[in-house]
Amino acid sequence: MIQPPNQNIDKDWFLEHHIMMHRIRAFEETAARANRDKLVLGAIHLSIGQEAIASGVCKNLMKEDFLLSTHRGHGHTLAKGADPEAMMLELLGRRGGICKGKGGSMHIADASVGMLGANGVVAANINIATGAAHAIKLKRESNISCCIFGDGAINRGPFLEGLNWSGVFNLPVLFVCENNGFASTTRTDAMTSGEGAAPRARSMGITATEVDGNDIVSVDEITREYIANIRNGNGPHLISFNTYRLHGHTASDPASYRPAAEVEAAWKEDPIERCSELLSRLGISREILNEHRKIALEEMDRVYKTAKEAPWPSDDNAFSDVQDVGDPREGAF
Amino acid sequence: MVKMTYAEAAKLALAEEMRRDPLVWAIGEDLGRGGVFGQYLGLLDEFGPERISDAPISESAIMGASVGAAMAGTRPVVEMRFADFALCAVDELINQAAKARYMLGGQVKVPMVIREPMGMWRSSAAQHSQSLESWYTHIPGLVVAVPSTPADNRGLLKTAIRSDDPVVYLEHKNIWGYQGDVPEDETLIPFGKGRLEKEGDDITIVSWSAQMHIAANAATLLQAEGISAELIDLRTLWPWDRQMVFDSVGKTGRLLITHESVSVGGFGAEIAATVAEQLFSVLKSPITRCAAPRVPISYAPPLEAKIRVSSEQIVEAAKKSVAVSAGFK
Repeated sequence: MIQPPNQNIDKDWFLEHHIMMHRIRAFEETAARANRDKLVLGAIHLSIGQEAIASGVCKNLMKEDFLLSTHRGHGHTLAKGADPEAMMLELLGRRGGICKGKGGSMHIADASVGMLGANGVVAANINIATGAAHAIKLKRESNISCCIFGDGAINRGPFLEGLNWSGVFNLPVLFVCENNGFASTTRTDAMTSGEGAAPRARSMGITATEVDGNDIVSVDEITREYIANIRNGNGPHLISFNTYRLHGHTASDPASYRPAAEVEAAWKEDPIERCSELLSRLGISREILNEHRKIALEEMDRVYKTAKEAPWPSDDNAFSDVQDVGDPREGAF
Repeated sequence: MVKMTYAEAAKLALAEEMRRDPLVWAIGEDLGRGGVFGQYLGLLDEFGPERISDAPISESAIMGASVGAAMAGTRPVVEMRFADFALCAVDELINQAAKARYMLGGQVKVPMVIREPMGMWRSSAAQHSQSLESWYTHIPGLVVAVPSTPADNRGLLKTAIRSDDPVVYLEHKNIWGYQGDVPEDETLIPFGKGRLEKEGDDITIVSWSAQMHIAANAATLLQAEGISAELIDLRTLWPWDRQMVFDSVGKTGRLLITHESVSVGGFGAEIAATVAEQLFSVLKSPITRCAAPRVPISYAPPLEAKIRVSSEQIVEAAKKSVAVSAGFK
């Protein structure tokens, strides 16, 4: 599966991918640890095994581009440029959390880098991202909107409604389907009629393709090509990336509904290791590549330590950011 | 003052706001040809198809895309055609629009107006006639507006368009053609301020939307029988003008609430409970609700009529309330 070494590849660019993928992996592993330590309060959904998509897509977005993500959104948020410390504070529900401790993992967002939110409702982000692209068009701006969703989302109505809308209005939006094989704890193919996201998109006149989502080079290349098309006014595009969710649906799901051999085989396609192999063939030493993981783990250790020691948000946060009018305490206790 | 209809007043408000702010735009099915009720007639000519935009019959995308477009800096005015159809977009309104600002810790706002023509109108039966205003008052993050007159429809719609939060804007289909005086200058009506439709001393009647006109007729009939009713039109249900209701009930000692929607779990119950909590000692008689029975809305006129709360029923209930006096406590 490893691609032959390509001397035309920009090594520095892929070294940056390698670093980002390790940062995402380390963030997720640290979040899983925090979950075991019972310091993460609600459910978290890990993107271990899907890092190439987060890094490959987001590195080709500009800060001004919008990103809408899923419940499995830590990697996307980090890759879009959010601060991991503010993210970890949010996962632990502490003061300084990026959403002031009001959203947690499933509503992680950083509007300052265009990341307008993960979402707790599957497929809900498709219409929202489409609308953000609609606003870009109305304002005659040059940024784009990007929506990452899972394979489960293609069986919800907003996939049809949002994609049709984006085509009707010729909007600057990139749809990214992370096909990790599982919709929650059920195999996606058992619950999906037909050939999946890309053919469905093409049936609505949207340029779409299916790509190996564990190969950072392919992810990077197709994303760059599609984004250039979108920026040139060629309307919405969709990429369906095939990948594998190496962990369970949530951090506490042992995923015993699938055979160990299947997971073992999937680990052999680990996108980070595949990227390391590539860079190593291109002449980067293993010492340097291993250092990336070490640095990433140290960074996320620091982040976790800070988050653990942080106080809870002040109580008044419970009643702020609701809406401009009306007293939220009216009629209550 | 200028005479215009309830529909014309809303159209004027939208046009004024679109002229004022290029980020305001309207989106919904059939808007280009003027909307199902003609409430957008002529706007396409002035503002073009990008800002008076047709939409596919995709309620969830109309609502959801508007959430995204609002987060990304525009001010969409969303036309839902019938309040009943907005139920196809409940996730987008309740889980997304109403909560984004809070969930994201104030990083985004969702300035959008959701126009939902509601209420019984011309034998439209159970899926084109509902009044669901009380549902929305239960959802933190939403503003709920229920105008009853042309002046209020203009002033409240303008305020709604300028609001930084999602506003569920419920216009009543049965009063599109209702004529009234509208101020010549652009008067904005704040949320949470009721309107005193009629002063009186014997009983306070609280209502909103089209039912307010039925209550006004009841107040006139009561006057002829020597009962002086004070009538309050709440205009918005979240926030609602508690003070105006308290002041009035403080004076009259009696309260009757009437709405077209189902009585059970209706907003009348919220008002009744609040007044009972705050003003129990001044009440001279039990609080009365005149609202719909809990049945789907019928098609045949005589059956539909059985669900409507009439002026006569309000008169009877008010007389009964006034008849109970010193004995109650």
